[in-house]
Amino acid sequence: MASTVSKQVMWNRLISVVEEQAQALVRTAFSTSVREAGDLSAGVYDAQGRMLAQAVTGTPGHVNAMADAVPHFMRRIGVETMAQGDVYITNDPWEGTGHLHDITVVTPSFKAGVLVGFFACTAHIVDIGGRGFGADANSVYEEGLYIPIMRLMDRGAVDQTLLRIIRGNVREPDQLVGDVSALATCNEIGHCRLTEMMDEFDLADLEEIAAFILDNSRWATLEKINALEPGQAAGEMWIDGYSNPIRLAVSVSIENDCICADFAGTSGLDPKGINVPMVYTKAYACYALKCAIAPEIPNNAASLAPFEITAPKDSIVNAVHPAPVALRHVIGHMIPDTVYEALDQLLPRTVPAQGAGTLCNFQVSLRPRTDAPAPTHARRSEVLTFNSGGSGARPWVDGLNATAFPSGVMTMPVEATEHAGPVIIWRKELRPDSGGAGAFRGGVGQFMDVGAREGHEFDFSAMFDRVDHPALGRAGGGSGAPTTLTRSDGTTMRGKGKQFVPHGQRVAMAFPGGGGYGLASDRDRALVREDLAQGYISEASARDVFGLSEDDIADALEAGRLGRSVK
Amino acid sequence: MDVRLGVDIGGTFTDVVLETPAGLTSTKVLTTYAAPEDAIIEGMNRVCAQAGVQTSAIEQIIHGTTLATNALIERRGARTALITTEGFRDVIEMRTESRFEQYDLNLRLPDPLLPRNQRLTLRERIDAGGEVLIPLDPAAIEALADQIDEAGYESVAIGLLHSYLNDSHERQIAEVLARRLPQVTLSLSSEVSPQMREYERFNTTIANAYIKPLMKSYLGRLEGRLAEQGAACPIFLMHSGGGIISLDSAAEFPVRLVESGPAGGAVFAAHIGARHGLDRVLSFDMGGTTAKICLIKNQTPKTARVFEVARTYRFKKGSGMPISIPVIDMVEIGAGGGSLAHVDALQQIRVGPESAGSEPGPACYGRGGTRPAVTDADLVQGKLDPDNFAGGSIRLDEAASRAALESELGAPLGLDALEAAFGLTEVVDENMSNAARVHAVENGEDLSDYTMIAFGGAAPLHAARLSEKLGIRRCLIPPGAGVGSAIGFLRAPFSFEATRSVYVEFSAFDAGLVADTLAELRTEATDFVRSCDAHAPIEAEYKVYMRYRGQGWEIPVILTAQQAASPDMETLKALFEADYTTLFGRTVAGLEIEATVWAVNASTPTPPVETLPPLMAAAGSSVDVAGTGATRDIFDAALGQTLRAAVVPRDALATGDRLAGPAAIFEDETTVIVPTSRRATIQPDGCIDLSAEEEG
Repeated sequence: MASTVSKQVMWNRLISVVEEQAQALVRTAFSTSVREAGDLSAGVYDAQGRMLAQAVTGTPGHVNAMADAVPHFMRRIGVETMAQGDVYITNDPWEGTGHLHDITVVTPSFKAGVLVGFFACTAHIVDIGGRGFGADANSVYEEGLYIPIMRLMDRGAVDQTLLRIIRGNVREPDQLVGDVSALATCNEIGHCRLTEMMDEFDLADLEEIAAFILDNSRWATLEKINALEPGQAAGEMWIDGYSNPIRLAVSVSIENDCICADFAGTSGLDPKGINVPMVYTKAYACYALKCAIAPEIPNNAASLAPFEITAPKDSIVNAVHPAPVALRHVIGHMIPDTVYEALDQLLPRTVPAQGAGTLCNFQVSLRPRTDAPAPTHARRSEVLTFNSGGSGARPWVDGLNATAFPSGVMTMPVEATEHAGPVIIWRKELRPDSGGAGAFRGGVGQFMDVGAREGHEFDFSAMFDRVDHPALGRAGGGSGAPTTLTRSDGTTMRGKGKQFVPHGQRVAMAFPGGGGYGLASDRDRALVREDLAQGYISEASARDVFGLSEDDIADALEAGRLGRSVK
Repeated sequence: MDVRLGVDIGGTFTDVVLETPAGLTSTKVLTTYAAPEDAIIEGMNRVCAQAGVQTSAIEQIIHGTTLATNALIERRGARTALITTEGFRDVIEMRTESRFEQYDLNLRLPDPLLPRNQRLTLRERIDAGGEVLIPLDPAAIEALADQIDEAGYESVAIGLLHSYLNDSHERQIAEVLARRLPQVTLSLSSEVSPQMREYERFNTTIANAYIKPLMKSYLGRLEGRLAEQGAACPIFLMHSGGGIISLDSAAEFPVRLVESGPAGGAVFAAHIGARHGLDRVLSFDMGGTTAKICLIKNQTPKTARVFEVARTYRFKKGSGMPISIPVIDMVEIGAGGGSLAHVDALQQIRVGPESAGSEPGPACYGRGGTRPAVTDADLVQGKLDPDNFAGGSIRLDEAASRAALESELGAPLGLDALEAAFGLTEVVDENMSNAARVHAVENGEDLSDYTMIAFGGAAPLHAARLSEKLGIRRCLIPPGAGVGSAIGFLRAPFSFEATRSVYVEFSAFDAGLVADTLAELRTEATDFVRSCDAHAPIEAEYKVYMRYRGQGWEIPVILTAQQAASPDMETLKALFEADYTTLFGRTVAGLEIEATVWAVNASTPTPPVETLPPLMAAAGSSVDVAGTGATRDIFDAALGQTLRAAVVPRDALATGDRLAGPAAIFEDETTVIVPTSRRATIQPDGCIDLSAEEEG
């Protein structure tokens, strides 16, 4: 009996250990993507390379990739050659987490000279050389430095040659080396905690606790799956892509002991860097299925195993070397919505309508103006921001306004962004009428206007989707508003790629809303009135789309002006 | 100062402690929500009668309260509007644009403190250098004043972008509103929380505005009622940073009162630590609903600049609202005597954060509760005396506890009531120790060097097991543990921390700017303290938050008065690198350093504390006692078995008495559990010292 309770205690402890590991990384990392946005991952593994626990961090994109990574390291490095003090590294998009900008570090954990397990962590770094972070490369060779699975530290000695090569190939060498150091440190912290736990419970290895975790997780996951009605359904979603519109297609089948998602029918590779390695497709497909079916079961080798994800080779969701993959998140973030198009037919009123999906990120490269003499204070600067549109309405509740799904990353404060470079965010607020109409309304997107400080011009690198393919509603719900972006001189801009903005001009962006759920005419009148009073919808929309009465409209507008609720 | 009164209004009880030259007298009165001052008056009269002291003899009242926190949690504030920069109306609603729970498809975000139509804008803009890009239009302010008047707002928060650098626009708006609408209370973000990051600053300012009318009227009423009762002495308020401020300052910045009760608890633990000459203390405060854990180094609780209140989702980080004020840094988790247990889909026992509260309470209260709480598990394991709980005021029903444990945990897991009880307490103890471990790691501390100080009703039952789990060798359980926060108020200094965001890149270090900033902050902080005490000496502590350029997290670096008066870049850099190494094991070569936030804490010195010699193994100073012969079966978690334990009433133990585990020391409010691994020694100040046996 005591041993069952103490095993549960140890399982909780391992989850706490990986959370500590992740927290240490957030606090020491340099890349904004890690420390501000939470684009990182951390996990602990047994000696066989099976993932036992993974920190819940800002990105589901590492969910399965992390589970697969350690066995690659064991194979490439050779378990028999591993020693205490070793640290291994890679940024292989296919054996790591999907693009060169993710650095994965693995550390073997030894106890009394015996290999008992591994710690792994991954962080999205801001620059890895090459063309810079963007979709513009034609192959992975142009996307930056490639680090095959290799030793970063050999029995405690850092490979100085590797560090020199890294430093010589990237734009921000100090930051990158700082990030690599943070990755190694956080694994070390995990290792220390694990050793303490093994001492406390007098464990020589992790076999028994691993079996307990994996057996319970497998059993609990299978119970959830086997409680569902078996069946098969297909779903598809069209999105903008880079060169051509992309069809994402999936067939989901609920079977005994397994849920399969196969992406046959999905478009082929894009010539530009938005292709997705299979690991990343697996991560987001698996995340989508887990959210809907077994959300409370922690991620580990056994709880992920019953989700089988497949895709035809050379489709855009199973890109192989040397396809360009830097912006694989632009497509990857759309995978959950695609999966839900199929799953909705199998599990009615469970999954949300389509949402903004892809994060609304852009990078601004500022420099002194070149059309006229620049003031002496003008300088060069790179500023990357993370932003979100609206999420899809849920079967019983509205979508979330300007909140990321499926990604979980955070935006940066405007005041912090304006300290990072000579950029001015003129506007960042909710976008009324952008949520798809319905009994439950899609989350609204947001407006953002960006310009440079006096004396600067800039290149604007767009990473948006849903310009031509807005989020569709479900069960009769309306579409969310599409992405739009224009220069202040009226020029329409493209949703992806680098575009020049001259001195004095701004970029006005409207980020997409989520789709609605159910018929707008079925929406509770009190909610429609309140939406109008709070300005989530306009008077025209209240009248024409939701059919609100003139009396109600007048009441709501008056309440809006006086800061009252009309619920 | 001979006679002082400490008053802590908590969610369930109002604790009142009277200190006279003869010692402490305390009482607990049920909190009277409608008029919180009623409970204070009742408690004051009660302790005065007990101590034989006239209320007019009280020279000072120190007060802390959860009223501010509760008003935020329960959304019972004033009708409030925000005035902000055009284009940024939705900052508090958009938050960080992320979900605090990744796997919940039906997640609901907490409602912002003010709905969208109470957030008003003006066209204006200040840039990141503090320069005005768009000036304010006076006519637009007048028009907005009309709108605010018509809408009947009682309180207005003014929060503009980059106002921590340049407050001129906020002041311009405030002047117009003060002239036009004198009945409306105002809160300016450049005064309430002049720190960069608009979401935290705006939210803090709105919170201040939201509770200001309520707190102002309560504090005014309290002052009058106390005077009527003969206590016309000065009243001071405990703030979240662990010091006390004047009633007027508290009425102006009520958001600083949030979490003042727990802050008092940390001050209490720091005081006990000082008495026992301890440099490293883990304060562990476990009550009915939550447990709070705080690190105290060199008798000073650790502080932070931002914390989160009103978490709406299982105490999860991100599910509440950020408040950026100086605060004692603690972790609070949903683990208390009333926390309820269930079995989840993974066949694992989960405990909390849902709590049985006092109604219906744990199953053993016999008030209709059918789900097992932590208190039920403690009872079934023999850790509580059913006939002597809360001084005998509630008779605990052990059969009801057994039934709840068996049906909710035992049946699904195949455990009997005792096994289920053990599982439940192991899980809750592990939850608390994990929280303590993570907190220690975040602060670069190793808990094995720490001494635990445990207080709050449920802490003495769990302190020894927590010590075992954390590898902490010594734990002190002070007398008066049930009213620790109120005692802590009496031990707190007058203090006020002033903070400001000023970006300083070390490549362009401006010693004059740094010295001026710190001097201004010192003046601001000192003035607040001076308003409380016209004569006491005032000490200033200087803090600068630094990081490597490119990082997102700053670490606080402490400066001496000398270093603050003539700041030197190399010295600051060396201090930063030393602290960074302590936290993260190494520095990063070749990166530039920058400072973002500057803070000065002014305080009156705490009176010197007489250090007690530790009474432990010293031969002759302690005596082994075996108790009175009474025994009880108590489950020992570390050994995994039930053992026959000595049972001793606390008042039967004298200074120097030693009691080997397994044993239980019963008192009115709680029980101190001494497992086999520990030995209890009664200290001269009445603290029970639980030390690991091999040292005893």
